[in-house]
Amino acid sequence: MTQSAPKSPIVETSRFPTGPLPPRAGAGLKTEHVDAILADEHRIGFLEVHAENYMGGGGPAHRALAAIRREFPLSVHGVGLSIGSESGIDPAHLERLAGVVERYEPAMVSEHLAWSSHDAGYFNDLLPVPYNAQTLDRVVAHISQIQDRLKRPILLENPSTYVAFEQSTMSETDFIRDIARKSGCGLLLDVNNVFVSATNHGWKPMHYLRDFPLELVEEIHLAGHAEDVDDEGDLLLIDAHDRPVADTVWKLFEIVISQAGALPTLIEWDNDVPEWPVLRREALLADAILDRLGPASLLGSRHAAE
Amino acid sequence: MPRSETEIGAGQHDFGAALLNPELPLPEGIVGPHGKNALKRFAVYRNNVTVSLIDALSGIFPAIQRLVGERFFRDLARLYIAKEPPRSPVIFEYGGGFAAFLERFEPLARYPYLPDVARLERAWLDAFHATDADPLHPGSLGAIPPEHLAGTTFIAHPAARIVKSGFAAVSIFSASREDRTLEGIRPDEPEDGLITRPSDAVQIRRLPAGAAEFFTALIAGASLGEAAGKTIARHPGFDLPSAISAMLEAGVFSGCSFGATSSEETA
Repeated sequence: MTQSAPKSPIVETSRFPTGPLPPRAGAGLKTEHVDAILADEHRIGFLEVHAENYMGGGGPAHRALAAIRREFPLSVHGVGLSIGSESGIDPAHLERLAGVVERYEPAMVSEHLAWSSHDAGYFNDLLPVPYNAQTLDRVVAHISQIQDRLKRPILLENPSTYVAFEQSTMSETDFIRDIARKSGCGLLLDVNNVFVSATNHGWKPMHYLRDFPLELVEEIHLAGHAEDVDDEGDLLLIDAHDRPVADTVWKLFEIVISQAGALPTLIEWDNDVPEWPVLRREALLADAILDRLGPASLLGSRHAAE
Repeated sequence: MPRSETEIGAGQHDFGAALLNPELPLPEGIVGPHGKNALKRFAVYRNNVTVSLIDALSGIFPAIQRLVGERFFRDLARLYIAKEPPRSPVIFEYGGGFAAFLERFEPLARYPYLPDVARLERAWLDAFHATDADPLHPGSLGAIPPEHLAGTTFIAHPAARIVKSGFAAVSIFSASREDRTLEGIRPDEPEDGLITRPSDAVQIRRLPAGAAEFFTALIAGASLGEAAGKTIARHPGFDLPSAISAMLEAGVFSGCSFGATSSEETA
């Protein structure tokens, strides 16, 4: 005989609306914005969360995300799988990610071309990898392992980097294209990262975009960056996510959309997070560009046909 | 699985070591573009790792930060991170060893209550993220036939935590989190804390003498009779009825069972 009230795991009993991320602007979800987003007359196109913030068993964070998920398409963005790791994918962490994906049935799952864990522990940053055949094999194997476990393709995001490796033998765009081709993953193009890395490494952002396989891009990220200087006193950009999107990045975004068509576009703002209306204003700027340039784009028909 | 690396240049082991120790030289093969140097460039990663983890710790231990001051806290956190970097990407679980670190940190020896305040903060966040469960209904004990009460056992609510302290850790925790001064608090007065999450909000309570042992025994699976007997033997003034009302009100348990066989456990 028992005297227990039944458990009520709210999120596991409700089914969420299905469907892809719309080719509109979305926002990175911050706990402090949840009520404002739910009450806002402007319905944001989608929301994206860092998977690691929802790897606890329950509590208010999950209740808030479930409320969001009932009304909006969701993208789950991992920051801790350490896809570039020399030590392999941590199976326990992959299980945690699978748990989040099963719980929320997101429209999209993405991760980074980076590593963050090694023997010494977890570094809480997206660290760079050399671009060569050996890293390529490793990253492809890891993405395949992840996709097999999640039973769905993921998107891989291009990094922002500050250093290069002597042992790199390939360009970043060739490296990323090969990963996508061999693993079957899609791509997440972070336009701010393109601008940050191009500035830091002396590339031309336009050349990078020309070489990037835009036809494989399924989502865009936009964010603000900070300015610093390198060892020689030249401009070094920092992927800070702490301010509005820079004008130069908006220009690159326009070029991407006019070529690739309207794509789900996320505004990321993770530090010094403003009130919701400030973030929404950035999203509306992105929506205006998507509306204006998406339909006339070179690749736009592939999205219109979907 | 770790695998041997035959790459030219530094592997991630050296890269990671240099991230956490600024005294180490740049990892081999790390360069800037076009023959540029990479020291300041590499320092961006060093700074990202350290600052993001310091920020994480200040989010996990806000009461400690307020008690020692932000500048001191950030220096303290930097030392802790170098000694005990996180093992997992689930950052809200970080800082399990912070209380023990504070205990051994000589410059803070004059504030011996800090480690227990840190334990309460860590337990608070564990409770915040714990699996959902409805607490045992307050009327449920009344429905148990009196002859079965002593044999009743309980299932701990996933959020329930107990922190025993030889100091006024609960009062200091609450004052600091509510941005009040420590005026009127006698730091040497022992206080045991109970942390629960009966609904959406995490709650913290000071427990009367004996209650921490009583709840700990029940959480470990002792029957009501066993736990009460043990507690009263050590704390003759232990107020059993009020401890039982407190545990029902706070939501320490999510289920209970009684009867001849243990197969009657709740699902």
